[in-house]
Amino acid sequence: MLRYVYADQLDQFPRLRDTMFRDRADQFRTRLGWEVEVDDNGFERDQYDDLNPLYVIWERADGTHGGSMRFLPTTGRTMVNEHFLELMDGVHINSPLIWECTRFCLNRNSESRVAAALMLGGGELMRAFGVKHFVGVFDARMVRIYRMIGSSPTVLGASGEGRTQISVGLWDYTADDRAKVIERAGVRSALSEAWFESSFGHLPEMRMTA
Amino acid sequence: MAKALEQFLGRLEQASNLDDLQDLILDLRGMVDVDHTVYHWVSSDGEQYGCGTYPPEWVQHYVENDYIRIDPVVQGCYQRFHPVDWKRLDWSSKSARAFLQNALKHGVGNQGLSVPIRGPNGQFAMFTVSHHCSDEEWAAFIEEWQRDLIVIAHYFNQKALEIAGDRAPERTKALSPRETDALTFLAMGYGRGQVSEMLAISEHTLRVYIESARFKLGAANTTHAVAKALAEGLILIGGAARGSAGDWPGRKQAAE
Repeated sequence: MLRYVYADQLDQFPRLRDTMFRDRADQFRTRLGWEVEVDDNGFERDQYDDLNPLYVIWERADGTHGGSMRFLPTTGRTMVNEHFLELMDGVHINSPLIWECTRFCLNRNSESRVAAALMLGGGELMRAFGVKHFVGVFDARMVRIYRMIGSSPTVLGASGEGRTQISVGLWDYTADDRAKVIERAGVRSALSEAWFESSFGHLPEMRMTA
Repeated sequence: MAKALEQFLGRLEQASNLDDLQDLILDLRGMVDVDHTVYHWVSSDGEQYGCGTYPPEWVQHYVENDYIRIDPVVQGCYQRFHPVDWKRLDWSSKSARAFLQNALKHGVGNQGLSVPIRGPNGQFAMFTVSHHCSDEEWAAFIEEWQRDLIVIAHYFNQKALEIAGDRAPERTKALSPRETDALTFLAMGYGRGQVSEMLAISEHTLRVYIESARFKLGAANTTHAVAKALAEGLILIGGAARGSAGDWPGRKQAAE
């Protein structure tokens, strides 16, 4: 299932938390060879994890991490503004309607529908909270995965070569994309809404117009 | 409505004291047509500042009873950055239910939306609209107003910080050369498609640059952002503008 968890709520899900930070170490250090910090617990954490970001996490049936990504508003500190300004043409992105999405991570055994489910989760955030755009940082192989799940970003540029190549891209929300991603994720729309509500609280029953 | 928002933001920019903010938040209530609009700044030492349209008796009651400690809206906004629909919050505890009864009695309304805001050095504030209506009507209201309210909330907080003095943030007005270029071409009358072509970026990228520039300028929309950038001299359009006076030998013939 999809969970939407702020960093200060992660302790409610210790197994999910620990496996997420370990899967990040596995993806970014072991498989991609990025120069990321991994602590004594085997967790890959960086300074942006300390800013109380919002994680969208795919939780597997056994309570472990299947995939995740991390969101921060661009009104505060962000990785794109602090590290990838040159890929943004020097434009410092700053708007409460634009969120940053980083550390897109999949467990090495996760099937592609997990990636689709995560993109669906991102779309639900946009739809519910009035977010217009995401600006994302991702590794090069994600470009193909994003295309496959029907949610291709506009790629602004990339730095580095091969496995260590890092790209910056943009997404916005469209109802068409949502339908496509829902299909790839193999999730019913109502189920996605139910997951969203179990994290953010329930709204009264009513006929949805959108 | 776009015009009303522009005028509102123009006046917000001119505001120089708390009374101005109080006048503005009153007008905003009329503009978005809700029962209440409230700005609530909670400082790290627990002091509360704010302005808004709640009845003074309710505000007094809130402070006296130290409701900030049990108010689910404060709990639900603190450490969060998404806008919070009050209906999503947990009102099940005994103290929360008693608080809600009291709030309803004072006419706060059965619906609310609060936008959490973080300023420099951990400054925390909330911008709230509340109303009396059905869930369907409220969902339609949020659909129509949420984005504008998020942006207004942040502009309002910037102004409050500025008025508070010492903690004034440096105006994030500095536009990068690319943003300046984009606004300049828009000011010259080119469409988005043409501008993105001239800058050799996608239209999507252009939209993101414009959205970011608009926020830095405190503008209501793209047209307003262009007008403000022009008025403040951040962009200049000279003789190269289409439709401007001037001539060049052979130009007329070339156009034919």
